[in-house]
Amino acid sequence: MDSREHERFHAEGIPHDHDHGDGAREHASSRHADAQHHHGHDHACVSRHPHGHHLLQVENLCVSFSMYDPDEPFFRARKRDVKVIDNLGISVHEGEIVAVVGASGSGKTLLADAVMGLFEPNATVTGTVWFDGVQQDALGLSELRGRGLSLVPQSVAHLDPLMKVGAQVEGLPRGGETRQARRRRREELFSRYGLASEVAEMYPHELSGGMARRVLLCCALMDSPRVIVADEPTPGLDLELAVRAMEDFRAFADAGNGVLLITHDIELALRVADRVAVFKDGTVVEETAVANFASPDTLRHPFSRALWHALPEHGFEVVGENEVAGAEGSCGEGLLVGDALEGIAGADTPCGEGAGFTC
Amino acid sequence: MKTTLKYALRLALLLLAVSFVVFALVSASPIDPVQANVGQAAYVTMSEEKRAQLAEYWGAGVPFWERYLNWLSAFVQGDMGTSLRFNAPVAEVIATRAVNSLALMALAWLISGVLGFVMGVVAAVFRGGLIDRLIKGYCFVLASTPTFWLGLLFLMVFAVGLGWFPVGFSVPLGKAAADVTLLDAAHHIILPALTLSVVGVANIALHTREKTIDVLESDYVRFARARGEDTWRILRRHGLRNLALPALTLQFASISEIFGGSVLVEQVFSYPGLGNAAVTAGLGGDVALLAGIAVFSAAIVFAGNLTANILYGVVDPRMRRRRGVAEGSLPEGEGRCAAEGGGTR
Repeated sequence: MDSREHERFHAEGIPHDHDHGDGAREHASSRHADAQHHHGHDHACVSRHPHGHHLLQVENLCVSFSMYDPDEPFFRARKRDVKVIDNLGISVHEGEIVAVVGASGSGKTLLADAVMGLFEPNATVTGTVWFDGVQQDALGLSELRGRGLSLVPQSVAHLDPLMKVGAQVEGLPRGGETRQARRRRREELFSRYGLASEVAEMYPHELSGGMARRVLLCCALMDSPRVIVADEPTPGLDLELAVRAMEDFRAFADAGNGVLLITHDIELALRVADRVAVFKDGTVVEETAVANFASPDTLRHPFSRALWHALPEHGFEVVGENEVAGAEGSCGEGLLVGDALEGIAGADTPCGEGAGFTC
Repeated sequence: MKTTLKYALRLALLLLAVSFVVFALVSASPIDPVQANVGQAAYVTMSEEKRAQLAEYWGAGVPFWERYLNWLSAFVQGDMGTSLRFNAPVAEVIATRAVNSLALMALAWLISGVLGFVMGVVAAVFRGGLIDRLIKGYCFVLASTPTFWLGLLFLMVFAVGLGWFPVGFSVPLGKAAADVTLLDAAHHIILPALTLSVVGVANIALHTREKTIDVLESDYVRFARARGEDTWRILRRHGLRNLALPALTLQFASISEIFGGSVLVEQVFSYPGLGNAAVTAGLGGDVALLAGIAVFSAAIVFAGNLTANILYGVVDPRMRRRRGVAEGSLPEGEGRCAAEGGGTR
């Protein structure tokens, strides 16, 4: 590792992971060779740290909910904390798409919420978030929302059903902006993404699927963000269409920004992302370059390897860390990859006790 | 056009059913109209002929069907009959009474609507906090309070104890009708209107609170937050818009409740309104007046619900634009969203 850069990291107060693992190689100052391992993760060739820090870095993130113990009798139940995200760390570099891949219902959306600083009243969130080298607290995150850090949600259900699309994309002017300026920016974005000007006068329920996706992207781009958190942005699309729908995100990342793509679809992640963070049991078990998914030997965590084996080109094979899943989990060829992933996740959750799959 | 006809038919059927039930109930009632209206002492000392004469006046011997059909055929021709008890045409009695009642109800309806809405929204925003608990507690206590009991309590405290308001009636006693000022009327209406609205608030506030919580937890509010909007701005931009529909339904549905409450409140405050007249008519076997009031109030409640329906179309673009396409068919946009959302989980 370059010692000068090392110093800069400390000067900026970013804790440093000195565990370089087995794959650690020399660390170039701003550009990395593919699959370079540092700070507990591998780099893709597009990953850059232009000022010696990540665009977005999350460390030791824990989210827990205080709720009544469901195992106790109704009236005597006491509150206890249920941890849903446990000691999670993830980084987004400039110019890259990082995909967080995990089974449906495994709490990935909570990760998006925590990064965006959106917390339920009964949630306890701890951890550190750096944005462009500056450590953020809850207030800082709330100021970043919509300016620097934008969310692209899953579907039009995230738009007000009773408000015209144009007004919603424009949002509220802030900090000396005028309504006219936002309107112009919205029109510019609409023409860039091929949305007719009539779309602005439509209500969300009148949008087609493709229009809705572009409208939601425009919402995020209104405030010129550096990082986009995309929470399952291609619902219900088949792989080819989804990959195409992700081209806009690719262009955004190529312009020197970062995308945190949250998805359950490992195939999509491998096609469009530069790096993949494997999400399991509320934490990222491995953060690695997509190139490392070429062979199971370059993957570190057994769950990632299980994921590799479950890919269609590797025959949906299930060789979980958990042998039970492998023994009983062959449900035929009709299995989709998304389901395969869930099947693996199910292997060590209570519902997967007998068979590793839900098919 | 087709819709108008449908509503007209629905109203006609409703009024027919209401009047039929009123007549059936009155004919099944054990009250002897002659005894009830003449008074026990006078009835005992009355001669046999006089009794027979009165019984004929009250139509005691006429069979139920004949009476109902007579009333109905007259009603269809625009004649609501004569109130035997007030010795005046039913339409006239209702007209004078309705002015009092509608003023009372409109006031209570507005106060409870506005106050309930504001309290509901505030409770929802601070849910779980002290303000929320106070508002919820207030609502639970009031929702379980009988209206007449609260009326009596108000009378004891504000009219008898503090002497701020009159004990009853809609105008000062012993004052010529021409001398009654608007201020007098206002002074008399406050206490009954307050009683009605204080009880009505609980219902509206609790419903509004639930709806507001639904809105605040919705995906579109989450997204608005993610775009940097704060709670109050979100409420202004998205909350009011989305709360308007349930609030309208609630507000117009509450007309029937206010009507029901007004019967009791008018009784407690001796307020000469429709409710008061209905009680008098019911106890005195004055079936024409009772049927007239029932039909009138049913029409008002129906009009309330109809207004809510029409306003729906004005407020909700999903319904507004759907009408242009095809009536009763699933809006294509919604179907599309559902199909899309279904593929993800």
